[in-house]
Amino acid sequence: MAQDFRLDTVGLINRDKKLSFEFNGKNYFGYEGDTLASALLANGVHLIGRSFKYHRPRGFFGAGVDEPYAIVQLYRNNETEPNVKTTEQELFEGLKATSVNCWPSVNFDIGAINNFLKVFLPAGFYYKTFMWPKSFWYKVYEPFIRKAAGLGVASIKHDKERYEHKYEYCDLLIAGSGPSGLASAYAAAKNGATVILAEDKSRFGGTLLTSEVNIGNQTGKEWVENIIAELKEMPNVTVKNRSQVFGYYDHNMLVMSEKISDHLPKTRKYHPKQRLWYIRAKEVLISSGSIERPLVFGNNDTPGVMLSSAAKEYLKVYGVLVGKKPLIFTNNDSGYETAIEFKKNGVEPIILDTRKEPNSEIIEEAKNLGIQIKFSYVVVAAKGYKKVKSAEVAKISDDKNELGILENITCDCICVSGFWTPTIHLASQSGNKTKFDKDIDAFVPGVSKQNETTLGAANGTFTLAETLKESFNAGYELSKKITKNDNKISHPIVVEKNKTTHDKFWCVPLPKGKNYKRFLDFQNDVAVSDIEIALKEGYRSIEHVKRYTTLGMATDQGKTSNLNGLQLVSNIENKIVPEVGHTTFRPPYTPVTIGAIVGREVGKHSRATRKSPLHSWHEKNNAVFVDAGVWLRPRYYKQGNETLFEGSKREAKNVRANVGVCDVTTLGKIDIKGPDAAELLNRVYTNAWLKLPVGKARYGVMLREDGIVMDDGTTTRISENHYHMTTTTAQAANVLSHLEYYLQLVWPELNVNVVSSTEQWAGAAIAGPKSRDLMQKLFPNIDASNEGLPFMGYLETKLFGATARIFRISFSGELAYEVNVESDNGNFMWEKIIEVGKEFEIQPYGTEALSTLRIEMGHVAGSELDGRTIPYDNSLEGLVSKKKDFIGKRSLNRKAFIAEDRQKVVGVVPLDKKTSIPEGSHLVKDANAQLPNPKLGYISASCWSVEHDNPFSLAILKDGKNMIGQKLFVMSPLKNITIPVEIVSSHYVDPKGERVRS
Amino acid sequence: MLHIKCPHCGMRSQNEFSYGGDATVKRPELNKEVSDQDWDNFVYNRKSLRGKHLEFWQHLSGCRQWIKVERDTATHEIFKTLKANEDI
Ligand SMILES: [Zn+2]
Repeated sequence: MAQDFRLDTVGLINRDKKLSFEFNGKNYFGYEGDTLASALLANGVHLIGRSFKYHRPRGFFGAGVDEPYAIVQLYRNNETEPNVKTTEQELFEGLKATSVNCWPSVNFDIGAINNFLKVFLPAGFYYKTFMWPKSFWYKVYEPFIRKAAGLGVASIKHDKERYEHKYEYCDLLIAGSGPSGLASAYAAAKNGATVILAEDKSRFGGTLLTSEVNIGNQTGKEWVENIIAELKEMPNVTVKNRSQVFGYYDHNMLVMSEKISDHLPKTRKYHPKQRLWYIRAKEVLISSGSIERPLVFGNNDTPGVMLSSAAKEYLKVYGVLVGKKPLIFTNNDSGYETAIEFKKNGVEPIILDTRKEPNSEIIEEAKNLGIQIKFSYVVVAAKGYKKVKSAEVAKISDDKNELGILENITCDCICVSGFWTPTIHLASQSGNKTKFDKDIDAFVPGVSKQNETTLGAANGTFTLAETLKESFNAGYELSKKITKNDNKISHPIVVEKNKTTHDKFWCVPLPKGKNYKRFLDFQNDVAVSDIEIALKEGYRSIEHVKRYTTLGMATDQGKTSNLNGLQLVSNIENKIVPEVGHTTFRPPYTPVTIGAIVGREVGKHSRATRKSPLHSWHEKNNAVFVDAGVWLRPRYYKQGNETLFEGSKREAKNVRANVGVCDVTTLGKIDIKGPDAAELLNRVYTNAWLKLPVGKARYGVMLREDGIVMDDGTTTRISENHYHMTTTTAQAANVLSHLEYYLQLVWPELNVNVVSSTEQWAGAAIAGPKSRDLMQKLFPNIDASNEGLPFMGYLETKLFGATARIFRISFSGELAYEVNVESDNGNFMWEKIIEVGKEFEIQPYGTEALSTLRIEMGHVAGSELDGRTIPYDNSLEGLVSKKKDFIGKRSLNRKAFIAEDRQKVVGVVPLDKKTSIPEGSHLVKDANAQLPNPKLGYISASCWSVEHDNPFSLAILKDGKNMIGQKLFVMSPLKNITIPVEIVSSHYVDPKGERVRS
Repeated sequence: MLHIKCPHCGMRSQNEFSYGGDATVKRPELNKEVSDQDWDNFVYNRKSLRGKHLEFWQHLSGCRQWIKVERDTATHEIFKTLKANEDI
């Protein structure tokens, strides 16, 4: 089966391998090496979608990254991806795609009615139309915009593909493998530099694949193949195709997206779909080439109007004719190359050249081939709705203001060439102040800010000979700077046809009485008239014009439209282009998938998971885990069908009645050594530390310099100059940095070392009235009596031969101990505790019971020490030394901190002793007060008191000191509840602290 | 991502470091009278400079040393990095 628009032999595709695919439900075939665009064009399909605003028919405009129209919804391996450029998507067997932005179908689109209402849709129409009335926004306007303006549809399924990140360093990163990229890579690699050469397409070579040139007696294509083959063999070179360098960030960090599997029907096993490279390069060579500029005329968005370079690429690379009656409309010599290719393949083109009498080798060649050329001619408008059928053309006066008589030329495509725009995105992103080059009417890179050099067409160098010369030289010079080698390769002799200057003319005037839409931005439907309106309405800054008209704001980011927009503004405003300036180029250069950006950091991998050495025991014993920072901690140990509430209540009760054991390994631990250790603690904590004897622990509170509590914990004096500090689980890392900050920067004279020992010790808290009996049995060699190991006492001993540290400290408010052993012995310790504890009815308890126990005891923790409270607020003022200075002390006498009615922690009990109080609720005096009801405080932590068998909460309450006994209301507007409560002491259990000392 | 030269470890990427504020601010000495104004200046008041700025960074995921970095806040250019005990 032959394809109507496919040539028999021309092109780089593999005609031995047919691939079938589906577009909008219809089956087609293409060949290996096709893009979806080339395969569709080979089948004569030109209608791809509908435009953003007017829903006008859309075809193909380019052949690569610059494509503004031809985007589709892609289906691959049971997944779907929106807005895929058909010009970039390589064809694979079984590919499916559908049009985006049309409903119900691409051929009959209801939204196209906008096209006939376009008088209502001028520049800024979203701003104007949808402004008023405000109440219409949610119900009417937003749904309308979403339906009408949405492009593709994102998948809502979990993406099962794998995406990877890679960090790489190199001497030279070269972005683009056209002539300048290859030449500079080759010269640098030969001079010993480590080189990464990146090409966004599947084929290396850029324009060398489509141009008729001769380099050192080889065709362009042969030269490319030989250089690439040699580079691939070199150990200092990494050559990557399907890899787009899309962002240039600080300090020569560039990011590249490598599409590893997008061209395959399915990602191969163990392969990622895409890989994001973070490349730190010593030097960057930008060889990103240039993009052909459109010419602006009536209905220039009709399918069949496309860039002349794209038509040439479809022909030379894919063997595809974009039409059989091509009209070439050009203001420079490039259009002739396309015409010559058509002619050579048996198709008769007609050239319309805006210039009067240009002369060059290539124009001569076209004339000699007998190609029909009309000078001083322009296309006034394309005719045809879903496909070009003919063109309305006219002669244009020398001053380009007057059109002659309108004539009609039958054609099936119009290939336009408005000269070339260097791709300066990466250079501009790097901070390069670009400058306007009047000779080529475009911006080129100016003075480099980072170590970047732009070469070839991207730098406005449009002849191959010049490009190779400057690129070989740059590759050599830059590599020499880095490697100090001096191995210079001479650049080859180039044969190419000379070209003459382009015409400074892009926008065809409207003929009298005609009101054709002349488009600048094809994806966002921005026409010449929209820019005119924006300027008329007073928008002057190009950034404002851009946002008001949406010029250059679509997924193609104005790669083809920006410069024509600037030209237009400068013409209307009578300014030169550089005065208008260009809008900022921001990364990414092309759309990057969210998957690639996220990489492997999805789901469980989004952050590290830390497990205590006892984790497997918890698992085996039905622990239900909870995230505590990055740690996984048992929340409760589920028995049967127990709920969290039932299980935690059982565990907490057992601690109060018998004995429980809790894994406290996650607590932060810091080992502090040195002759000035006590002095450091004395400055860091609010209370006094100089007289703590060896073998004793002390509770301490540390502040930030602004007086806010930073953390709390116990610190134990292990020996003369050795302390063991504990921190809360959440603050462990911050406290270590805090100590290092003061030791290294503020008081370097202190002779102290600090190091984290969190992971070195496994910890078990043993709490409850029977804990002493258990300890005595566990450690028969120690004296576990109240005299032998008093409250806040410490000793080191052996647990069946393993080193163990025993601290008599309590978080639960019960008689309690904490045992630490080296992490490797953690499991052994735990099993021994459980085994020996059996006769004392021991039960493990999780964080929920732990919370219950501490809340009803009135021990403040993270929910009260929340970065907004001072010691007084937490009833910790007794720990604040009046005699010595410490971090944050000077802040404590701030007016608000010493106010008479300062907030303070209190206990809260519901009057009905039944209703649980949600954390975060507000406390108010009058439940029926007018809104906003003044808030007196908030509930910081809630539990079911196992001691009193009723709900109990802690709250931070204004004037808490004087509120005990008051009746207030807890309100939670979110949950629509109001609970009458009584304020009580925060110490709801054992207020004198007798149990811990018993 | 910035590239910062740790004076102890060499060139490393920014994600190994954490920022630690203005390095020209001196903490008032302990046990000395400090006026409200001076204390406020120490705790709260910072100039948000555009241009050269001497700042503290900690090489958190490296040697854990606090270092001084002289950086342009507008361009991110880093002029110099110093050990904690070195002065510019
Ligand atoms: Zn370091």
